[in-house]
Amino acid sequence: MAIVHRAAAETETGRAPAASAGPATAAHSGAPGFTLKSTAFRAEREPAWRRLEALIARAESSGLASLEARELLRLPILYRAVLSSLSVARAISLDRNLLTYLESLSSRAYFLIYGGRSNALSAIGQFLGATLPKAVRAARWYIALAALCLALGGVVGYVLTVGNLDWFYTFVSEGSAGGRTPTADTETLRRPLYTDGRGFAERLTAFASFLFTHNARIGIMAFALGFALGAPTVLLLFFNGLTLGAFVALYVSRGLGVELAGWLLIHGVTEMTAIVLCGAAGLMLGRAVIFPGEYTRLQNLARAGRGAAVIVIGAVLMFFVAGLLEGFGRQLILETESRFLVAGVTGVLWALYFVRAGRGRR
Amino acid sequence: MSDPARQSTASSAAMQAPRPIGLGSRLARWIETPEGVVLPIQLGQRGERAVAFILDFLIVMAIIFGLYLALLMAVIGGGLGGVNWLAALVMLASFFIRSFYFAFFELRWQGTTPGKRVMGLRVIDRAGGPLTPQAVLARNLMREVEIFLPITVLISGTFGGEVWQTLATIGWLAVFMFMPLFNRDGLRVGDMIAGTWVVAAPKGALMQDLAGGEAIPAGVAGAAGAEMPAAPFYNFTTKQLDAYGIYELQTLEGVLRDRRPNAAEVRAEVALRIRAKIGMDDPDPPDDERFLREFYTAMRARLERRMLFGVRRRDKHDRR
Repeated sequence: MAIVHRAAAETETGRAPAASAGPATAAHSGAPGFTLKSTAFRAEREPAWRRLEALIARAESSGLASLEARELLRLPILYRAVLSSLSVARAISLDRNLLTYLESLSSRAYFLIYGGRSNALSAIGQFLGATLPKAVRAARWYIALAALCLALGGVVGYVLTVGNLDWFYTFVSEGSAGGRTPTADTETLRRPLYTDGRGFAERLTAFASFLFTHNARIGIMAFALGFALGAPTVLLLFFNGLTLGAFVALYVSRGLGVELAGWLLIHGVTEMTAIVLCGAAGLMLGRAVIFPGEYTRLQNLARAGRGAAVIVIGAVLMFFVAGLLEGFGRQLILETESRFLVAGVTGVLWALYFVRAGRGRR
Repeated sequence: MSDPARQSTASSAAMQAPRPIGLGSRLARWIETPEGVVLPIQLGQRGERAVAFILDFLIVMAIIFGLYLALLMAVIGGGLGGVNWLAALVMLASFFIRSFYFAFFELRWQGTTPGKRVMGLRVIDRAGGPLTPQAVLARNLMREVEIFLPITVLISGTFGGEVWQTLATIGWLAVFMFMPLFNRDGLRVGDMIAGTWVVAAPKGALMQDLAGGEAIPAGVAGAAGAEMPAAPFYNFTTKQLDAYGIYELQTLEGVLRDRRPNAAEVRAEVALRIRAKIGMDDPDPPDDERFLREFYTAMRARLERRMLFGVRRRDKHDRR
């Protein structure tokens, strides 16, 4: 700043603009040696701008990692210096090229400095260690509501189907029933629960196809559909509950209830938690659109969306685990007791993780 | 759109600041940095973004295809038995590659991907804060629903029987796919969820200072020397300098920086008009370049001085 004030003292000889509007002989473009304040300012600050420009050009073409530690430390300092230059220039300079240059230089530096963290590994650690469990805890009421929708569907599906098995055809599509209908004999229903003898390849195929065609997609849909006021999310959860309830009712009616529970829960604890989490994320979006509060809908969607997306990513990871349990665990572990044990252990682990992890860390 | 308070600071600061080149266009927006300085940004055009996405998409496809080929070779060569698990593995890999390709690059490359870099685009936070990993993950997770799901559905044709179901599905997918066409900022659903937008990388080179000459090394500013401009030929009166405002000054700057073939003719025309307006006689022979430069310098000195005293005269119609 010093040079600007000195320049000011030299050129601005205490004449106010009002006074200069008097006798029409003002010699603004005065004698040799005359320098505009804005010109002097530029001469003083330009080297710093050029240094930042060179740093940015290198970082833009070959990445931030190509800068040395010393240069990385200088980057934010130079960035703030250029921002301050921009503020001064806006106040004292009318050189449009200079202003545009400073604005674009500031923006480029801003993009580099605030453009996100570059260490993907520590971002993942932070995500799993704190961000995800915290987001889940913050969404506990949405999760409760989503779980209620799923449970309600399950109860309705179960009660109706137990009363009249014809409801089964309403709730379960032919494709997902796969022959396991009320007309099938008990042995046909029992066999799929204990199928073995499939090789590694089949297990992996089963794992991959279950993961993609069904679980993760339903979960992501439940989340994304929340964008439409949350109604499709509620319906999706409810219908999934109906299907599940109908299946359980069918098996219970044949006295296979406990065995089915083992078959379902070994991966279902993980999978259904994930579906409920996705549903909760969808409900968060729906609520953000319906009740924007003091923000606009778009702002509120952005606020809710980040937290919701964190939960969905967590849920996708859970679907991955569920897929492993479904593809391998269920084929390898054939005793119902062991299946219940695995289900119990996963349930406790997930509960501990979401309730305890990342507490006390900022 | 940032929150209302921010918006109002931004616009009031925008009013104080001179309007830079290109602002006032349909794609111009303001963001406020965490340091409290308002910066103009230019939103990326939808067409450019589409091209960037197609480039990235082709890269993803190439990676998946390459992986598939490599595994196929391994199966044929090593006789690892069955293509069953190969298909499953490729499915698995393609899910992870397409889901995390974008997030990976946007995290590592400060909001850019290879396709965006080619097109000069970048993802930033709409409110001006740092681009968080959550935001990056959120905006890219949404792609699965916005683009990949519709593509799968359209290719496989699994709409679900009835005509109305088909229409409803297409309509629903269209809402997601074409969302960027239905809002001013060109936001896709992922951008709305994540609170981000895609901007064009700013360009702007620093040119010579028309009022001072570029050759003033730091530290000797103000000292008399060979770098100083020669003594001015013209003496302008205050009245003459007050014929114009900032808008005209910056238009004149554009004319003086003009390097196109017909620039000399434009300058002659402009000099003629200014002389007529301020009542200045043509010397013989007329040196338009010099006249315009000196008029520019004198006018800038006058306007900048008045600006320091709080008067920012917008244009010639601004009677201040």
